[in-house]
This record gives sequence, C-alpha cells and structure tokens, in this order.
Amino acid sequence: MFNKRVGIEYWPVLRQLTGSDRLGRGKAARSKDTDALRARTGQADRVVESVCPYCAVGCGQKVYVKDEKVIQIEGDPNSPISRGRLCPKGSASKQLVTSPGRQTKVLYRRPHGTDWESLDLDEAMDMIADRVVDARRSGWEDTYEGKPVRRTMGIASLGGATLDNEENYLIKKLWSALGAIQIENQARI
Amino acid sequence: MAECHPVGFQWVMEAKARGAKVFHVDPRFTRTSAVAHRHLPIRAGSDIVLLGALVNHVLSGGHDFREYVLNYTNAASIVGEDFRDTEDLDGLFSGYDAEKREYDPTSWAYQNGDAQAAAGARDEAKTDDDRSHEHGPGATFEATPSQTGHAPRRDETLEHPRCVYQILKRHFARYTPELVEEMCGIGPERFAELADAIVANSGRDRTTAFVYSVGWTQHTVGAQYIRTAAILQLLLGNIGRPGGGILALRGHASIQGSTDIPTLFNLLPGYLPMPYAHEHEDLDTYLERAAGDTGFWGNKRAYMVSLLKAWWGDAATADNDFCFDYLPRLTGDHGTYHTVLDQIAGKVKGYFLMGENPAVGSAGGRLQRQGLAATEWLVVRDLNLIESAEFWRNSPEIAAGETSPEQIATEVFFLPAAAHTEKDGTFTNTQRLLQWHHKALDPPGDARSDLWFIYHLGLRVRERLAGSTDRNDRPIQELTWDYPVEGPHDDPSAEAVLAEINGYDGDGRPLSGFTALKDDGSTSSGCWIYSGCYTGGVNQTARRRPGPEQSWVAPEWGWAWPANRRILYNRASADPEGRPWSERKAYVWWDGEQWTGHDVPDFEKTKPPSYEPPEGATAQDAIAGTDPFIMQTDGKAWLFVPKGLVDGPLPAHYEPQESPVANPLYAQQDNPARQLYPRRGNRYHPAGSTVYPYAFTTYRLTEHHTAGGMSRFLPYLSELQPEMFCEVSPALAAERGLTNGGWATIVTARTAIEARVLVTERMSPLRIQGRTVHQVGLPYHWGTSGVVRGDSANDLLPIVLDANTHIQESKAATCDIRPGRRPQGAALGALVRRYRRQAGIPED
Repeated sequence: MFNKRVGIEYWPVLRQLTGSDRLGRGKAARSKDTDALRARTGQADRVVESVCPYCAVGCGQKVYVKDEKVIQIEGDPNSPISRGRLCPKGSASKQLVTSPGRQTKVLYRRPHGTDWESLDLDEAMDMIADRVVDARRSGWEDTYEGKPVRRTMGIASLGGATLDNEENYLIKKLWSALGAIQIENQARI
Repeated sequence: MAECHPVGFQWVMEAKARGAKVFHVDPRFTRTSAVAHRHLPIRAGSDIVLLGALVNHVLSGGHDFREYVLNYTNAASIVGEDFRDTEDLDGLFSGYDAEKREYDPTSWAYQNGDAQAAAGARDEAKTDDDRSHEHGPGATFEATPSQTGHAPRRDETLEHPRCVYQILKRHFARYTPELVEEMCGIGPERFAELADAIVANSGRDRTTAFVYSVGWTQHTVGAQYIRTAAILQLLLGNIGRPGGGILALRGHASIQGSTDIPTLFNLLPGYLPMPYAHEHEDLDTYLERAAGDTGFWGNKRAYMVSLLKAWWGDAATADNDFCFDYLPRLTGDHGTYHTVLDQIAGKVKGYFLMGENPAVGSAGGRLQRQGLAATEWLVVRDLNLIESAEFWRNSPEIAAGETSPEQIATEVFFLPAAAHTEKDGTFTNTQRLLQWHHKALDPPGDARSDLWFIYHLGLRVRERLAGSTDRNDRPIQELTWDYPVEGPHDDPSAEAVLAEINGYDGDGRPLSGFTALKDDGSTSSGCWIYSGCYTGGVNQTARRRPGPEQSWVAPEWGWAWPANRRILYNRASADPEGRPWSERKAYVWWDGEQWTGHDVPDFEKTKPPSYEPPEGATAQDAIAGTDPFIMQTDGKAWLFVPKGLVDGPLPAHYEPQESPVANPLYAQQDNPARQLYPRRGNRYHPAGSTVYPYAFTTYRLTEHHTAGGMSRFLPYLSELQPEMFCEVSPALAAERGLTNGGWATIVTARTAIEARVLVTERMSPLRIQGRTVHQVGLPYHWGTSGVVRGDSANDLLPIVLDANTHIQESKAATCDIRPGRRPQGAALGALVRRYRRQAGIPED
C-alpha cells in the first residue's frame, strides 16, 4: 500500500516495476518496518538448553526467557537426535508452560464436597504427611501367610514416566523406605 | 511412527532416501503408511502369526545367518526330554496346571545345564493368595537357585531333535503364508514381498530393523510378540549391529527412565528384582534367586549392596546384611490394575497421582474412576485439572446419574506441578540416552517440582516418626535423606541426586562406572546401570557437543546407559574372531590387543575373542570371548527361553481375550496364563460374538499426548484435533448406516461411548477365515475436562492382562457400532445391559 509518511517512491509496486527486483521477492518488498522487525528469540535475556517433555524421542529444545517469562521454545539444531525439529506437540510446549489455563494454586476438595476450596501449600503438605503416616500404619502388614513382608498396603502411587529420573529415584526410595510397594507408572500401561 | 514419534521418523526417511525399503504393518493406514513402500493392513491381535511365518520362512528356506546363529544364540543347546511343545499338547506347553492357570517351567530347562533369567520372573514365590485363582499366575512361580559350571549340552550340527534349532523348526512349521492370509488378512504375494525383502536385507553386509510401540505390548501375549521378533532378528543376525535391532518407541519423555529407576512394583533400580516374601530370606538367598552367577549379573551382590548403601548409608553394614530386611516384600502382582481393584474393595487408603491420568488413560475407565472414588484421600500432582483430579464432579458416571459429588467421600488435594522448563533433571529417552534439561526459571505460584514435593514430604514424615521406637520405622529414620537445597523454595539439588545415582567410592569420589562397584559396602550407587553418568564429578548427561561436530554415533551428546554405549550387545557386530562381519557394517572390532570401534564396545575391553572360561568361573569370567550377550548366564541370546517367562518358552499364537474368530492352530483359544478379572463392571465378550461382531483397536494422534493432560488443555493442540472420532471403512459404514461427519455409538459389555464418524479407506475390511472382519479405529485422548472434550475409548476396554508384564490388552477387543449419539442418563446403562443380555453375559 501507498505510505504517505515516506512518499510514493516507497510504494512496493513502483519499486518492483522500476527497480532491479522485478519479481517483488527481494528488496522491492522491504520497508523500514520490515527492516526493524526482530525475532522474539533475539530479545531473550537468556537461552536455556532443554529437552522436549512429550514423547521419548528426546528432541533438543532451546527455551528463550525474557523478564522471567518463557517467550519462545524452539528446536535445538545442535541435537544429533532431532536436528532442530519439533513436532506439533513439541512446538506447542511454550503454551504448555505459559497457558493461562494452567493451575498454579493448591486446590482442596473435602469429602463429599461439591467444589474446590483454596488451601495453603504448607498446610497441604502437613495434611498429606499426616495422612501418609496414618495410612501407612493402618495398612501395615508384618507378615503375609506367615512370611515376613514388613510393608504397607495403605498407600499406592501412580506416575513417573513424565517425571525426571531424579524424581523417580526419590519416589522409589521414599516409598520403599516407608514400606509401600504399590508404586507404578505408565510403563505398566 | 510418523504419527507418534514424528521427529524420530526423520531417520526412517533418511534411510529410505539411501535405499532402505520401508514396510508398515498396522490395522489402519497412517502418515507412516503414506510414505512407506508398502502398508500391510493386519487384523489386530494376529502379529505372532505374521512374525511366526517369517521365522518359518527363514528356517525352512535355510535363510538363517548360520555363523551368527551357531555362535551367538542358544540354537545348538539341547533341551531336556520332558519338554512338550504346543504342537504336542494342542496349544499348551508342558508344565501347565489348569486349576491354578499357571505353568511350572521346570520341563523347559536345558538338558544337563542350568540357566537363570536375566530379566522377567526371578525372585518370585508361589503364593496362595486369594486372588490367584481369579487372575491366573501373574509371574508367581518359584525361581530355583542358580548354579554355575554346567554349560548346557550343545549340538553344533543343529541336527539333534531336541536342540533349540530343531524345536523351533517344528514349533513354527504350521505358521505358513496360508495361515497368514487366513488369520492376518495379508495375502501370499504381500507376505512373500515382505519375507523376501527382510531376508535379502539381512546378513553380513546388511541389517534390518523392527520398530514397535504399544501396538505390540498391549496384548495378553505382548511379551511373546516381541519374543517372536527377537527370534526372527537373531536368526537373521540383526541384533547388536548397526541398523539392526528391535526398537521400542516409548511414548513419554522419561518412561525408559522410570523403568530403569523404576516406579514399578516388581523392580529395584537397575532391574534388580524386588524381593518376594519367603520364610527365611536374607541377602544371600535373595541374590541366589535374583540372577545367575555367570555373566555380568554375577556381580549382582556389588550392584545390590551398593544400592542398599546409597539408601541407608552408614546404617547399612555387613553385619546387618546392609539393611536388606528394610525392603518391603511382594507376594504377587501388585501392579496398577490390581491396585485399582483393591481400591474398589476398600483396601487402599491413600493414592498419589504424579503426572498420570488413569481416569482417561487406563483400560476400564469406569473401574478406574470407581477406584478413585473409593480411596479415602487422593493427591494429584499435575499441570492441569485433569479428569483424575475432578472425577468427583465431572465423570461420565455423574452425567449418567449413577453417582453424585455428595456421595463421593474422597478427599482430594490438587498440587500444581512444575514444568520441564522450571526444574533441572534428566529424561532417559527411548534409546537409553540420559539428557539433562536445565531449569530456565522458577515455577509460578504454588507449583513445585516433584523432586521438591517428594523430598519435603519425606522430611515431614521423618519429623513425625523421629521419636518412634517401632522397629518398622527404622528404614525411614535411617534413610539417607539430606540433599543440598537451592533457590527460593528450597529445591533439592537434582545434580546431587544424580550424583547419588551415579555412586561414590569409599573416599566419596564419584564412581567411574558400574565395573568399579564393590560388594563389601565400600561403594554406593543408586542405580548400577546409571553409574558413570557423573564420572569425574562432571554431569555427563548435560554434554551437548553439536551433532555436526561429532561422529555419526554422537557419543558426546548426553550419556547412554550402560557406560555410554549406544548399541547394546555390540560385540555381535563382529564375527567370532572379532572382525567386522563386513566393511559396510563395521561397528566395534578386536584390533589384536583390545576392542575398539565407533561405539563403546559392550564387552570387556581386553578380553580376546580366543578367551575360554576356566572350569568354575563366575560373572564375566564365565563368558567366552565369542559370547556377545554378556548379561545372559551362557552369554548366548535365547531363541528358546528355558526360564524367565510365565507363559511359555516359545511364542504361540493365541487370540485376544475378545476376538471375532476362533484360533485355528490349537484348541486353546487364548493365552492360558493371561490374567483375568471377571467381575462386576469387567465382563468379557465371548469369542466370535455376533452381538459384538466388530474388532476395534485404540491409538494416538500426532497432535495429542496419551490421556491428554499435556495436550487437551492447550488451545493450539485442541484446535488441531478438536473432537473424538472413530475411523470406519466405507463397507462398514454401509453395513451399519454410518455417515461421515455424523455420530456413532460404540458398545461393549463395559459401556457405550459416542464419537464422530470418519468414513475412510484408511480402514480396510479384511478377509479372515473366509469372511469379512471389520475393524474400528479409536483414538483414546479425550475425556470430560480440558479445552476440548469427548468420550474416552478406554472406557470400552476390559481389564485383562499379559501375565509377564501385567499390561492390559488395549489393542484388540470387540464391539458393536451403531449410528447416532449414545443415550444419556439412565438410558446409557440400559443400552449396555440390553447388549449384555443378548450376548448371554452374566448380569452385573
């Protein structure tokens, strides 16, 4: 379109017809606005190396952070696994971490309750710790059919395939020390 | 693969560009089929027929890679006289107890030789628990103590009638191209094309790879599917070599890691078995059962003692068996499906869900939600309010008026989780590669990492039990649970945890690898196969030397277990003398003094090919210089499995629990050892039911992730795949009056769901046993929460499990499909009951 601010000589069609870029795919199509455009990734305060959280291919990701917010996640061209590519899910992972629908507050639903209530994180942790101690005791078995088992059947846990190795390690370590055996994850499914 | 692992699929396309031929075997036509040379539509549940016929093709045509087979597999081993095959017993192997529905594997043993399984059923005890009659064996036979020094008798000519090679030949003789046509729906010309291509592409100079996912594991014969592929690949010499293998493509970022460092009931880190309950079991008797004494499992005491030292530190001493007694004991199958049934029975008080959504993602959705509703309290840790957190107010059962929030007593805590960008840590990808992801920023609000949650929960529980004098509290009181913390929320250092997993020597220095582990308590390691990931005090998993600056093996990107090896058992890439099988396929080789090559050799570096183990040798010393399979007690790959599987030493074709057809091979219709749970809410369809005449299979779409917790809540992905649908062929659409874009109701004995109809030639009707079998395709991502919502395919499925893995059969079942939306409210249950009555299924 004709731009009054800069004069008719900047009209792309005119430049295409009169200049050397007759196909209009090069400098004839450029404007000062075009030249002033900068990739969002260029404005990042830092770029952090990461790995895609969806499937197990393990594509390399670069996480761009500005003002303590993730502003973009892109494929890492250095990765010999993914060579910079991401699939639709991996490409959407910025939304996974920044989505306004993401829950960031502890929620509590009391027995027979019809709605969520808010709860302080610290209080929730204490309540859960109390319940773990209680369920562990009430589900405790010293023996099973005369054989020593020293375990609790009162607590079970499911999940781990989407977590880190270090997290799985502490889950298995803590539950085993508490005598809980019903510890499972998606690998069984 | 192009649908669910799209970026990994670029390497298939690279191979194709270099001349590789790509076959895609799948009930439906997908993006993979679109670029494959050939798509072979198959009837879901019939893969052992196809793979078995390929095995038969190789054996009867003399196409096996004889030098590889003779030297690297147990083909020459002679099996005992008591063994009877399914061919002799009409679908059963010897040792079957019909009353207990389980096998005694004693008769599967080698003649004059002992062997111990490197995986699978090991430290397990016979238990007469009240569930065993109902669900079958579930891997509960007594593993006998292992011995050493008795190499199995062998016949190098492969002529002995009881040598493994001859047993295989007889076993697979009836798996013919004609049977493939009759059972899989794949014609003889297509089969010949596949068989010829595989044979032509295997041998010294070429290798063939098989890639699979849960399309093979989610069956009542899942482990045996993979076993059949293993037999084929070993006969063709395609294991331990570049471009070969049987590659499991796993669906979650660290599902491999959560198997290696298992949040699984039956394992300890590094595939050590969890101990089972025995009368007088100490560390010694456990280790006798846990693994063999020969091969690298022979160092099992070092692996186990180092784990116990990592967990109980100074409290673990030689005098107290390194606290071995602190580990709880198993008495059977304690897998997730068992737990759900126990929840319904009121036996499980508290339940934690960490990044998992069983209300949508596990088979038998109604039972899953019933289980959640029957627990006293539930902790859900996730990024979004998934169905498993909100079942008490938005489940299909509430919509149908069967229950209400007021009736559900579960106390629910929802704790928001940190995303991968908000925490340090490693994922282990599908090729065993550990990759560190760096924390980019702090998590928002109350969101915390699971590392934070479990660590701080542990601290609070320990606080509460600190003063206890109960001996049962000692394991938690004495647990090493003191990690450096960092950041505003006192996050435990993930790097410190990784260093503990790697392990330390007696002076507190990070270990260089698992070969440095000691059995005297002087070393510690939280997972022996991961030892070396922090060698030299350097986080090896964070290495990111750019791919183009490295060799094609890229050994300096991340760290692969074990010992940074990228291909397991790669000694098999060289011939018995240690020379590459061919120039083109050179990978590791013996250079006259040591093993060298493109990868870290999966063999002792200086053990020459000429090495012969002395009498009575143990551990790796018992493995000859020509034996690549160093975890096996005999160093050989097992074509025939004398121990470790609970449903037979060889794969046999059994029909799925719910099948439209009869098994023409044996009187035994389905896997005799499968785990069954006939009960209210979990009724099965009879085989060949005319009430539920169609087969169906479930699957994923590129744009969604499993149960949807990480995809259905994202507008981008929801827009790409907004609605639950079913895929049907034009022929089935015509038969049942289904219209493209309209609605259909899919009915099973468990429930009925609705879906938009996609009439497509991607689904092909198959000719099976002279009649047409239709298959319905169902993606399983949707549920009652999220940006886009819909019915869950898993609600249709029953709980019936593979007895080796305790994994459900969700890839093959039967249903009816009818036009229109499903009934609402009480009418839904009435419809399902009417079908059950028609099919003669017991009333609930």
